[in-house]
Amino acid sequence: MTDLALVGSQIRYEQKSYWRNPLAAGFTFMFPLVLFVILVGTTRGATDATALGAGVHVAQYLAPSMLSYAVMSVCLMSVSMSLVRQREAGVLKRLRGTPAPAWSIIGGIIGSAVIVATTVSLVAIVFAVSVYGISFPAKDILPTAVTIALASVAFCALGVAVSTLIPNVDSGPAIVNVPFFVLVFISGTWYPITGTMAHIAAWLPLRPFIVALYYHGAFSPLNSGSAWAWHQLGSLLLWGIGATVFAVRHFQWTPKKG
Amino acid sequence: MTAIVVDDLRKSYGDTHAVRGVSFTVDEGECVALLGPNGAGKTTTLEILEGYQDRDGGRVEVLGTDPRHANRSWREQVGIVLQGTAADPYLTVRETLRRTAGFYSSPRDVDDVIDLVGLTDKATSRINKLSGGQQRRLDVAYGIIGNPSLLFLDEPTTGFDPSARRGAWQLVKNLRTLGTTIILTTHYMDEAQALADNVVVLGNGQVVATGSPDSLGGRDTAALEIRFRLPDGVDPMSLPVPATIDRHGFCQVTTDDDIKDLNALTAWSLRQKIPLEGLIATRPSLEDTYLSLVDHESASATSGAKS
Repeated sequence: MTDLALVGSQIRYEQKSYWRNPLAAGFTFMFPLVLFVILVGTTRGATDATALGAGVHVAQYLAPSMLSYAVMSVCLMSVSMSLVRQREAGVLKRLRGTPAPAWSIIGGIIGSAVIVATTVSLVAIVFAVSVYGISFPAKDILPTAVTIALASVAFCALGVAVSTLIPNVDSGPAIVNVPFFVLVFISGTWYPITGTMAHIAAWLPLRPFIVALYYHGAFSPLNSGSAWAWHQLGSLLLWGIGATVFAVRHFQWTPKKG
Repeated sequence: MTAIVVDDLRKSYGDTHAVRGVSFTVDEGECVALLGPNGAGKTTTLEILEGYQDRDGGRVEVLGTDPRHANRSWREQVGIVLQGTAADPYLTVRETLRRTAGFYSSPRDVDDVIDLVGLTDKATSRINKLSGGQQRRLDVAYGIIGNPSLLFLDEPTTGFDPSARRGAWQLVKNLRTLGTTIILTTHYMDEAQALADNVVVLGNGQVVATGSPDSLGGRDTAALEIRFRLPDGVDPMSLPVPATIDRHGFCQVTTDDDIKDLNALTAWSLRQKIPLEGLIATRPSLEDTYLSLVDHESASATSGAKS
């Protein structure tokens, strides 16, 4: 089996395992959609019209922001927690004892997460277009797909990096959830943000993703030009590279002692 | 040919010296058991040989390669059965082994391996539905799926019922017949006795004794202990050899001249028509010898620490 075929095989088995855990799979898929519906219902009419633009349906903003939330949830949270669980249970140690190259094992985990993230994104877009009738021009499909794919890989790299900071399974949720939700709130996931918070969030990984999709991308009600948000894509790329370098330096295959 | 060379191996964790100058060799096709109490340095030694941990000092060669430089072709030849079950709980037995077989260039047939470890009925069961013993058998399957020439078995039968243990032993014996070199750690002395050509006893990070299970610590030449019960009213003083009486009323004779003393006793029994009820003659078991070795090592370490 070639190395590339090996990665494909790993992805296939990771996918089998993922979909056989109905609670985890259901949570990943259903929670962002349920949150989306609730937020649209509760914030419609309450959101500052000037932040969205006059006459813009709140779902037009919440669709890309919830999509970003779902992608980050799958790629950062699920990958980091899955790696910690597998590391502490000795699964990674066992895999490392085989001839499989390290990158094919990690590649399988990341590849599987990217597939789930892409599927969640597709479901979110189809749901938002069909239920709320939001605008999503067909010409913007490619830049949107590239943005989601790049963000997925960057968040997966962050997930691998974060896993190296988690000493055991019990401390995982606390270590991941706090920065996760801080990032979600200050990046304007639930509502549009402006001013200092937006400037700070622009340096963090989630905000560029939302900005790339909403303010510059396919979901923007104002932008009729190119949906390629080069600046934000560059920012996501840098986060992905930084996280990869950190993960390569600190990754541990055997259970941590502490 | 020598499969493994360990020479003056050293490893510390902070101030704790886990392995202190361990040396031994393993020949190709040999089965060697590493024995020792918890904390003796077995797992550390094993993990250094498996390439999981680096050493602080000494020389290690496994299949002609230093495990700290383990590459893909080296890993193709090495099978590892870790202490605990570690597999994706949502995959089936067959899927798990197919996945692993895909890592190797010449793996064993997946269904053959499933059959070999006795999991044919569970081939389509998910890992989280297997019992502890069945999961352990899967661990063994995982270790041999790549068709290794060297197999590390870390406590392979812990949690097995007696019948499953015998099955696992037969499997290891079959692998040995095929020429696989095996390094085994175990807390069961009967397992070491049944499987190992040689044993290495570790204590406090050092080799306490080495030898075959039958000759370890001189047990093959140790004094023979003869034990029997005399009918009521027979005076033990009338026996042809000196005997002591234990608290259960058994006569005990400890002798270095076993043939002569056994002959004297049985001849006396026939001549006097007095039975030697429940007659047994034993030398120290491997477990007796092992416990005596590790107790002695532990006492030496304690007195060394005090002085």
